[in-house]
Amino acid sequence: MFHRESGYFKTTYAADGGLYPLPIAKWTVGVLLAGFILLPTISTALSGAVSAEYYVSIVNLILIAVVGALGLNILVGYTGQISIGHAGFMSVGAYTAANLAVKLDLPFWITLPAGGLMAAFIGVIVGIPSLRIKGLYLAIATLAAQLIIEWVINHTPAISGGSQASIEVPRPTVLGHPLKTQRELYYFLLFFAVLSIVATLNLVRSRIGRAFVAIRDQDIAAEIIGINIFRYKLTAFAISSFYAGVTGVLYTYYLGIANYENFLITTSIDYLAMIIIGGLGSVLGSILGAIFVTLLPIVIRLFMESFGTLLFSASDLNNIIPATRLGLFGLLIIVFLVVEPEGLNRLWRNVRNYFRVWPFSY
Amino acid sequence: MTRHLARLTAAAAGAILMSAGAAIAQPKEIVIGVQCDRTGATQTVGVFFCPGVHDYTNLINSKGGVEGRKIRAMEIDHEYKVPQGMEAYERHKKEGAVSILLYGTPHTQALAAKLAEDKIPGTSPGFGSAASADGKRYPYLFPIAATYWSQAAAAVKFVKDKLGGNLKGKKIAYLFYDNPAGKEPLPILEDLAKLEGFELKTFAVPAPGVEMGAQVLDITQRYRADFVIAHLFGRSPSVSIKEFKRVGYPLSKVVSFVWGSAEADLQAAGGGAVAEGYNTMQFAGVGSDYPVHKQIRDMYQKEGKPAPKEMASTVYYNRGIFHMAVHIEAVRNALKAKGATANITGEDVKGGFEKVKGVTLDGLMPPLEITPTDHEGGGWVQIFTVKGGKLTKSSEWFRAYPEVIKKHIEADAKKS
Repeated sequence: MFHRESGYFKTTYAADGGLYPLPIAKWTVGVLLAGFILLPTISTALSGAVSAEYYVSIVNLILIAVVGALGLNILVGYTGQISIGHAGFMSVGAYTAANLAVKLDLPFWITLPAGGLMAAFIGVIVGIPSLRIKGLYLAIATLAAQLIIEWVINHTPAISGGSQASIEVPRPTVLGHPLKTQRELYYFLLFFAVLSIVATLNLVRSRIGRAFVAIRDQDIAAEIIGINIFRYKLTAFAISSFYAGVTGVLYTYYLGIANYENFLITTSIDYLAMIIIGGLGSVLGSILGAIFVTLLPIVIRLFMESFGTLLFSASDLNNIIPATRLGLFGLLIIVFLVVEPEGLNRLWRNVRNYFRVWPFSY
Repeated sequence: MTRHLARLTAAAAGAILMSAGAAIAQPKEIVIGVQCDRTGATQTVGVFFCPGVHDYTNLINSKGGVEGRKIRAMEIDHEYKVPQGMEAYERHKKEGAVSILLYGTPHTQALAAKLAEDKIPGTSPGFGSAASADGKRYPYLFPIAATYWSQAAAAVKFVKDKLGGNLKGKKIAYLFYDNPAGKEPLPILEDLAKLEGFELKTFAVPAPGVEMGAQVLDITQRYRADFVIAHLFGRSPSVSIKEFKRVGYPLSKVVSFVWGSAEADLQAAGGGAVAEGYNTMQFAGVGSDYPVHKQIRDMYQKEGKPAPKEMASTVYYNRGIFHMAVHIEAVRNALKAKGATANITGEDVKGGFEKVKGVTLDGLMPPLEITPTDHEGGGWVQIFTVKGGKLTKSSEWFRAYPEVIKKHIEADAKKS
């Protein structure tokens, strides 16, 4: 609609496989990034410091969810290996980082990769059954991992930091400045969210990413054309759990505490919901799914608070809001999946394709 | 057309300005943030607890508010999920909440640092860590009710009284849900075992806690415990009642911590008759015959409505009343200190909490006394025993072994 797609000729393979197929993509990314960097400033200017803290706190939750959803999508969406144990990997990352930060007094730029690597290590071990089993069976194996990790953390004071199983971590510091407010933490989280988006975009168009897709589509065929299934399946588990571990560390720094109750099985399910709603095997889908699942309950509550009083009394409303939230959440997931089984990503593509040549579609 | 539109806009702007003016003219209502769980893992508590909070707030408002100021209890349901709890907290902060009723142990821990940074007091009765009773270390966190440590001490005291005032050589079994909250009282129980000379054996129930036949058999047949202290959550208290009943162990030799003590647990176990003799620990009174219940019923009657059905589940409903009453008292203290029309902040209300004393709601609340150092307010509990199918008061407010608890709080403060 705004741009033309013809007339850009690529003369090398590298250019053809580039991240930005059209100049407008670069512009879009530039504008988006500028918008995100300025977001706290804009929201402060528009709504005042106190309200801005609230709006930015929602964005912060989304940013953390984006990292986790991307990681899970690499495994489930791209490689076709299901995992219900992702929250377990997150807790591995969280407790690794928390222990390093408290006991050895290490800064976040060491604890964060360390948490990721530890989760990747555990992820590889959990991934070993995937070499032999698939589908539902693998789901149960990863579910077992979730429960085992939970149990081990809970019963090892050296990891859990005592009977409370929660470790308070100091705020992350950048250049000697502790990040305390939501707006300061926002930049911290934005950095890692952008990093993981770019990393995933590049991963999936690389040799490794194509191997993942080949394994997902038909693993026997992939093996015949020379893809080392053993290596790539474990790589997928490692990378995916690395993301999960980093998500856990981000949660830990964001909340200021590592607590296993943040990472129960329901969290795993939430993340699975994100990528299924967003679109399996798509980076944009992971992001949209993370936004959708995080925002939906908040938006429903705001809506009900504003308009619910027209229909119900205030005391009933307190009961109705949470109930409708759950009900609508389930209903919307079903509606989305019926309308577009390939998720929000596909919906977005449909919209985009419609407007691409609009108003001259024929 | 354009002129018409312009006039409409002007009228709308005028209306907004006028309403804003009206809002300024009146002293602002006071917002108290209420975190709640009506749909998550602990919904069986929330559906009764939260209406108690609101009914008490409405009662206070219908009587003219606190020092003439209306209270708005703003509830947000967080489904017992921590990220949602964080979002709820930021929302409450945005709405200008001067204090927050926290709900959930991980939420309390995650928000402890944030509360201190933002200078907003939060209360966590029955949640959080026992060490947060230390007001010096956690200035903005108020457990306001007996922590698990105080409950453990009180349970041992109760057992001692029941077993004739001497625990030497007695066997006590501690049956607990295998999670952090379940393990928290262990150091206190171990200390008291040494002090009182009883034998302590622990029996963990793994999540989700609906299967404990083996543990109960172990307690009753092999260990042959003289008394059982139970600390269970969710569905598991009712399962424990059924299992003890099945093996023929007298329930009068079981005392449960506060989260295994509601009417719902008795009903799930098969009704009050099954649980005859079962001892429950409470940090708020049980029953709906307190004067405050009558006032709430009258308030509903005036509006032409029946009393809320949640009132029948008195254990959690009363805890809601208790929880809110402490907040309202703190707000009242803050307003008294600053003047009834003043704009009070979280810091003022924190000072108000630290002056809460002598609010009893005719026995529904313990003789709470919160001080700048003791945010627990004494650690009072009451025992209610199932008699004739109903929870009946069998002790006055009491607390036990404060010196042991003090020692542990100090040791914990040194650790970090």
